[in-house]
Amino acid sequence: MAASKSTEKIQSNRLLLSLHQLRRSPLMLLVHLTVLLLVLLWTIPTAGLLISSFRDKDQLAVSGWWTALSASEQNIIGRTAALDQQTLTDGKYVLSGKIAGFNEQDSILRFGWKSREPEAYQVGTVAEMKNGGTLKVESDGQYTMTSATPFTGSRGKRIFYTALAAPKFSLANYNEVLRSEGIGRSFLNSLTVTIPATIIPILIAAFAAYALSWMRLPGRSLLIALVVGLLVVPLQMSLIPLLQLYNTIGGFFGVGAKTYLGIWLAHTGFGLPLAIYLLRNYISSLPKEIIESARVDGATDFDIFVRIVLPLSFPALASFAIFQFLWVWNDLLVATVFLGNGENELVLTGRLRELLGSRGGNWEILTASAFVSIAVPLTVFFTLQRYLVRGLLSGSVK
Amino acid sequence: MTPLTGLTLKNIKKSYGKTEVLHGIDLEIELGEFIVFVGPSGCGKSTLLRMIAGLDDITSGDLFIEGANVNEIPPAMRGIAMVFQTYALYPHMTVYDNMAFAMRIAKEDKATIDERVTRTAEMLQLSEYLQRLPKALSGGQRQRVAIGRAIVRDPKVFLFDEPLSNLDASLRVQMRIEIANLKETMKNTTMIYVTHDQVEAMTLADRIVVLSAGKIEQVGTPLELYGKPANLFVGQFIGSPAMNIFNAELLGAGQNTRIKTKNGNEFVIPIVSSMNIEHQILTVGVRPEDFSLSDKANCMLSGKIIFVESLGEVTLLHLDSNESKEPLVVKLPGIINQQKGEEIYLKADLEKTHLFNKDGISLLYL
Repeated sequence: MAASKSTEKIQSNRLLLSLHQLRRSPLMLLVHLTVLLLVLLWTIPTAGLLISSFRDKDQLAVSGWWTALSASEQNIIGRTAALDQQTLTDGKYVLSGKIAGFNEQDSILRFGWKSREPEAYQVGTVAEMKNGGTLKVESDGQYTMTSATPFTGSRGKRIFYTALAAPKFSLANYNEVLRSEGIGRSFLNSLTVTIPATIIPILIAAFAAYALSWMRLPGRSLLIALVVGLLVVPLQMSLIPLLQLYNTIGGFFGVGAKTYLGIWLAHTGFGLPLAIYLLRNYISSLPKEIIESARVDGATDFDIFVRIVLPLSFPALASFAIFQFLWVWNDLLVATVFLGNGENELVLTGRLRELLGSRGGNWEILTASAFVSIAVPLTVFFTLQRYLVRGLLSGSVK
Repeated sequence: MTPLTGLTLKNIKKSYGKTEVLHGIDLEIELGEFIVFVGPSGCGKSTLLRMIAGLDDITSGDLFIEGANVNEIPPAMRGIAMVFQTYALYPHMTVYDNMAFAMRIAKEDKATIDERVTRTAEMLQLSEYLQRLPKALSGGQRQRVAIGRAIVRDPKVFLFDEPLSNLDASLRVQMRIEIANLKETMKNTTMIYVTHDQVEAMTLADRIVVLSAGKIEQVGTPLELYGKPANLFVGQFIGSPAMNIFNAELLGAGQNTRIKTKNGNEFVIPIVSSMNIEHQILTVGVRPEDFSLSDKANCMLSGKIIFVESLGEVTLLHLDSNESKEPLVVKLPGIINQQKGEEIYLKADLEKTHLFNKDGISLLYL
């Protein structure tokens, strides 16, 4: 009671009110709060990643994603117009206009003309340049440069300025990673690995699970025990022997090492014990009467499997598909061992690892890449989760 | 026309490992007969039905359906259809698909399937539910779908495994009548019905098979079983409340049997008995409704009322009797004004009194 009282004290009045309204126990409230906390824990970094990936790379470099909607100070280098556009007014050579590359939404705070002192002058003041020249910059990017002697050279002069930059969002980062950084290609490679590596084990495991649940065969329980035993075999232990075995057998049939076929088989093998175990548990819990009834109706085992067991096992199939898809999609180890490093084979995880090494400071690339790799698992989850329904069997028995 | 045999069971046995659960069942079932298997839980009645269906193996013995041995024939080829206690509908299929499933497996053409499903649905008043999923149906409707699914297969033998035990009481009565009607319309289909509800057994059956502990106790029409139980088990199993039993000494054997109850009064029962069991202790069975009130001098039994159940049309009196170890139950017509604790005296209708020897076998069947 004491604990619940102190918890209640911490709650705001509103929560207390809703507590009474809903007549829920403090434990229930605790559960809800925990769930809320977990959701926040998961959502906030993801949202940060998503927001960051759309931000301008210069803004991303200097401020966090939570400031994304407010303006930020940025040091920018611009140029005047080409020097041959100078005019002679009142005995002075004048060059004026808008700083090239100035973003209309920004407003300049300070400026300078030397790279060593980029913020030397407040905006609106006149800066003394060498040779008696002056430079005046307004906050809207207008500049006036005067000099007693003509400006020489053809390129415009550099102007350093600090601007209060308006938030900028664009798809530029995505454009860059998908095209020039090779993420797009790796994305396709990952799909090429993942889709077959998800479907093949499910197919095999569903057949096996049906047989292990509903068909009389000698040594059935021994087989089940074997499958359960294989669940605990560490992947790392079998990796190299498996690769050698595959290379030998593959060599015999003329299939090269480090091909897609190899990694499909490897993932199938590593996924099967869990798949068979999960699906068997589900399929053997289907009501016996339904299967017997189908048998009386003349259905063969194959008929029963295809027409009755498969449609009823959708929740189990979907949950395993999610598992296997995520695991294969996020896998780096098996891909490194069983698949090559070429442009046509490097999977997304491998590419990300490479990018971390070569472009580790470029947050805009990393965030966009990361989000590209998150997108697919999220899609898969939200597509398949509608099959994770209860009550599929309702109406069948009782 | 001589009635053909629908089903013949010859010395059917079933063992699970070393435990034998059915100890040799012999039974002839005529074509078109409605047979009910009754018995307490675990007596093997469902197992026997599943063996007829082909869902369980026959350990030894022979099973013939319309003359053909079907021991090794899979369920679908036996010409049987089964209705399960739990309906066992295919939950992901509509009512129509549920009923058409067997025919689709058998690759019948679409028109035939449609015609038969529609006709059956009409017969069972399911027409408007054909496109529904089982979960959108009530319990009674589900059971009708299960029955319809069996009917469309046009089976030789119809098997029911406690089909009504999942329904509530009023629905059960209604479905019982529907099954009775079904039996009328399908005269050439043999039906075997398993139940533990003796009301279902008594109302539906042409013949009842009473099973106990893996053996047939008696086979007969409902009234035979009620009127002339072959043994103590059947006597007590059929009829509710159960038959009262108590001991009495056999004084004189012959065309009629003279017995003496514990209180010293003598009665002559019109049952033949042989001389060699004279002076043995017999078990007397009297159904609750065959008792009537009597005086002390002529009473067969006496006892103190321990509980009164007034149902209006009848009154049930529970007695703690001097002559019987078990409490007696007496069913008297109308409303009886007796209080708890009173002593009453009872006589039995001697025509309807049953006698069993020390092995529990009725003297009628010796």
